[in-house]
Amino acid sequence: MSRLTRRSFGALIGATSASLATPGLLRAQNAGRLVIIGGGFGGASAARFARINYPEVEVTLVEPWPSFITCPYGNLILGGKRTLPQITHSYDGLRARGVDVVQDRAADIDYTAKTVTLESGSVLDYDKLIVSPGIGLRWDAIEGYDESAAQIFPHAWMGGDGSQISTLRQQLEDMPQGGVVGISIPGNPFRCPPGPYERISMIAHYLKEANPTAKIMAFDAKEGFSKQGLFEDAWGELYGDMIEWIPASGDGQIVRVDVENKLFISEFGEEHRVDVGNVIPPQYAASIVRDTGLADESGWVPVDARTFAAASVSDVHVIGDANIAAPLPKSGYVANSTSKVAVAAALAEVTGRDAPADPVYFNTCYSHGGDDYGFSVVGVYRTTDEGFVETPDSGGISPRGPLSELADNRRLEAGYADAWYESITRDMFS
Amino acid sequence: MTFAQKMTTFLFAGCMASGLAAQENTPLLAQSCAGCHGQAGEGVGAIPTIAGYDRDAFITVWEEFRNNERQATIMNRIAPGYTDDEVSILADYFASIK
Repeated sequence: MSRLTRRSFGALIGATSASLATPGLLRAQNAGRLVIIGGGFGGASAARFARINYPEVEVTLVEPWPSFITCPYGNLILGGKRTLPQITHSYDGLRARGVDVVQDRAADIDYTAKTVTLESGSVLDYDKLIVSPGIGLRWDAIEGYDESAAQIFPHAWMGGDGSQISTLRQQLEDMPQGGVVGISIPGNPFRCPPGPYERISMIAHYLKEANPTAKIMAFDAKEGFSKQGLFEDAWGELYGDMIEWIPASGDGQIVRVDVENKLFISEFGEEHRVDVGNVIPPQYAASIVRDTGLADESGWVPVDARTFAAASVSDVHVIGDANIAAPLPKSGYVANSTSKVAVAAALAEVTGRDAPADPVYFNTCYSHGGDDYGFSVVGVYRTTDEGFVETPDSGGISPRGPLSELADNRRLEAGYADAWYESITRDMFS
Repeated sequence: MTFAQKMTTFLFAGCMASGLAAQENTPLLAQSCAGCHGQAGEGVGAIPTIAGYDRDAFITVWEEFRNNERQATIMNRIAPGYTDDEVSILADYFASIK
């Protein structure tokens, strides 16, 4: 499809959808073109927010998958508490708002000509570009772990078509009684810092009933992890001695896998036979930002803390897991809440509206330890000339203590976690 | 409140037109609340509704969360992270939603 055709087509769809949506969208979308790469927590939130608040701007969302499967709540599939359709979200709500959702993959970006070339060959022009492509997996980081090995030892760390998480669930169901589940967990930074440990909890939740003599061996490349005390409390209270967590200092770093013989091999050469293997590999930003020079040597993209503008080019903002924004975690909540500041900053120039002044960023990550057993970590962040900083004397984790004293708290937070999921996915897709 | 803060607060004040007024007029600061409480503070599931919350009561309750004087699961960790001026912005906004 030629450039002109693509653009005209988008305008036509936008106009048609707008007339079905709200009167506000009838205003001409002639102030400029916002192109968003990636339809996850960052990109979908950005598209919806831009469409509602900047009706004069044309919004195009480029996303390769026809629908979005969330990583949050994927662990609950392993625990038998959710099904794949329950965490799959359509882009039709965004289309109805007038977002031109293009099912394609961004193949290249020309930051001088301000164009995005898609895999299909189409070329999109942009005035402002928001890039929210998520992560890439470092296939070279663990010897023997490549895309075909991931069919045997699934990573289940990207939504994709849902097959990774479904495969892992099926393997757990098929595991012999008393079998061993091995999980390999990467060093920092990676997507969803508490995610591997919620996964351990949800697998244990399933096995406790279905396979009570099974073991979970969690091999970690780190010495500690997010909400560690809370997770370890939950594991002790709910799952007895089913779970063994092995830190790097206990030879927990897995450096090689052998899928044929179902082996995890540690840094110091110890071979561990597993019945089910889940390898969460080290990560970097998705290839579109690494291949086009936005990422630095760390593999992630440095950004301005007040605007999320990429450091190396103009008119490009990078949000979500692909950027470097520590101490903000690589979480869905952060991608969602920061997307709105990025949109306001990006569109200030083309619309003549004010840019955000002193943004406050916010994160809550809930985790499920078991039935009616939820807990969280909270952070409030601000900016300085040096970057992002945590707001002093705020945030932190849920209280620790015996379940007999904290059962109400854990039950409430489990309910809040479910409501959070409902609320944030509405804020992305409705 | 500084000029810059006012500009942030009223960034979207110019675009009220349709039935989506509450959403269009949301200060950026309140966008962080949306992740749990909903875009218009409508509450979801077990999470309380804060749309239409009395302004003064909002500020009082926030102060109680901040000082750990009120039963909470997570609001007592969130509340200390915001200044009085910011709490006023949030109180005005959520009180304004019908």
